[in-house]
Amino acid sequence: MSSSEKYDCIVIGAGMSGLASGIRLAMYDKKVLILERHTISGGLNSYYARGKRKFDVGLHALTNFVGPKDKGKPFNKLMKQLRIPYDDFKLSPQNYSLISFPDKKLKFTNDINCLVQEINELFPDQVDGFINLLNHVKNFDEVNLNNETVMAKTVVRHFISNESLVEMIFCPLLIYGSAWENDMDFSQFVIMFKSIFLEGFSRPEGGVRTIINLLHQKLESLGASIRYKACVSKILTENNKIIGVEINDNEIIYCDKILSSMGLPETFDVVNDSDFFKKYPKPNIGKLTFCESILITDKKPKELGIDATIIFYNNRPEYLYQSPTTLFDRESGVLCFPNNFNYQNNNTYNDDYSEGVLRVTNIANFELWNQLKMGPNKEQYLEAKEQVFLNAKKILSASGLNQDYQILFKDIFTPTTIKRYTSHYGGVVYGSSDKSRNGKTPIDGLFICGTDQGFLGIVGSMLSGISMANLHVLQGDS
Amino acid sequence: MLTNTEVRSKVLDIIADIALDDDVTGISDEIALREQLDLDSMDFLDIVMELKKRHKIEVPQEDYPRLATMQSCVDYLAPKFNQ
Repeated sequence: MSSSEKYDCIVIGAGMSGLASGIRLAMYDKKVLILERHTISGGLNSYYARGKRKFDVGLHALTNFVGPKDKGKPFNKLMKQLRIPYDDFKLSPQNYSLISFPDKKLKFTNDINCLVQEINELFPDQVDGFINLLNHVKNFDEVNLNNETVMAKTVVRHFISNESLVEMIFCPLLIYGSAWENDMDFSQFVIMFKSIFLEGFSRPEGGVRTIINLLHQKLESLGASIRYKACVSKILTENNKIIGVEINDNEIIYCDKILSSMGLPETFDVVNDSDFFKKYPKPNIGKLTFCESILITDKKPKELGIDATIIFYNNRPEYLYQSPTTLFDRESGVLCFPNNFNYQNNNTYNDDYSEGVLRVTNIANFELWNQLKMGPNKEQYLEAKEQVFLNAKKILSASGLNQDYQILFKDIFTPTTIKRYTSHYGGVVYGSSDKSRNGKTPIDGLFICGTDQGFLGIVGSMLSGISMANLHVLQGDS
Repeated sequence: MLTNTEVRSKVLDIIADIALDDDVTGISDEIALREQLDLDSMDFLDIVMELKKRHKIEVPQEDYPRLATMQSCVDYLAPKFNQ
């Protein structure tokens, strides 16, 4: 079966990058179709409901927080490119966040001076180095696609000699966006540093749904469509040039170009060229994946003694950002409290949760979870999930949460859950450790956007979709 | 035949849609648009693409500097609008 319609561009995946690129293409009258194998959009940042309760997956917080008048910042660039007004995102900034290590805690807010002051108190001999690092970061052109790869810890150690401080600074940046274990490329470090420490966290009222709905409305107003339950089974080429895709093993759709957000190894695996991997190296499958416990409680965290928005918890002197040898790492995790954004800040947006919401995320090992999931004894998988939950309670308590609460509902997801919903090999959240920074592939007309192009986070992935659509389809056109 | 004022207003419509959180009512015609509004190279590309989409006007890359101020936009685009 084949459709007679031919598209200018097919976008694979209705995640943040796919939706954003679809908007740009439709805005300039490209005939575009977004294909999504799942039944809803969002990809790694999505949502679901159980009973009347709504849950976000992925998004802990939106990074890159800026006010409406902050010129030239990534978030404002993004809104202009998508033509979505700032106020539509209904953002409330964070209260504050903590980097919590065994003997020290560093607090940071959306004002970098808070972190500078904290470092001045806890590491007085390092504060000058930190300020120099800040200046270096501010002046660095992190999105230049020609930057050399340099490991970030090497660069940061030029400025900061105290190893615990290096570990503390890297902790949030690694776990919120590194596809590499324990370190990252310096350009990626700068992207993360600016988005988290210099710009900061916020939350849209209504969570990730608000963002996805805005993107949908925009797409719809431009007349572009998303086709769900459409799994790309083959990317079709002729003489090394894109001619179309095969979906669900039985239908062919023709197109001139493809923007794929499936991931680099996932994309190359469906190219219909049996010699592909004889000619080109196979991209690595990343190792970083997570499990998460979501607890709904009768009391909000503030009533239980925690008003921080996010706590980066680590119970070791160093921070091990690596695939654990056990099912999950019990000694570190990210605690997110969506009730604890500064909703009163502008008297406009509310905490849309009527109950307490506590999220605890741990680094996990895909292979071990997959063995349990595929194994004969389903009880073992469920028991392991219970262990994740019990450990989450323990970390919450160690972080100062008063135990006087009732759990009304709980849900635990694992790396196999992530794989099921995102189709990323290994349930990876930050993609392959091989990126295609300029989005190009060896196939003429096939481009990568999203996680494996290398801009991460919600803002990053939307910018990725926009810039790849601009560069390879809209500009490539004239 | 469009007057310069009409051309200006068509360009302003485009800029208002692109810089949607900016106030474009008080734009000075002589000062670079970049200095008055939050516009970067991505946005100038959008102005070019909007001209093509809305008015079928092509602006070749070597002429992009002609879009620097509102006045230079009008000078450059008026003949194209009236072709």
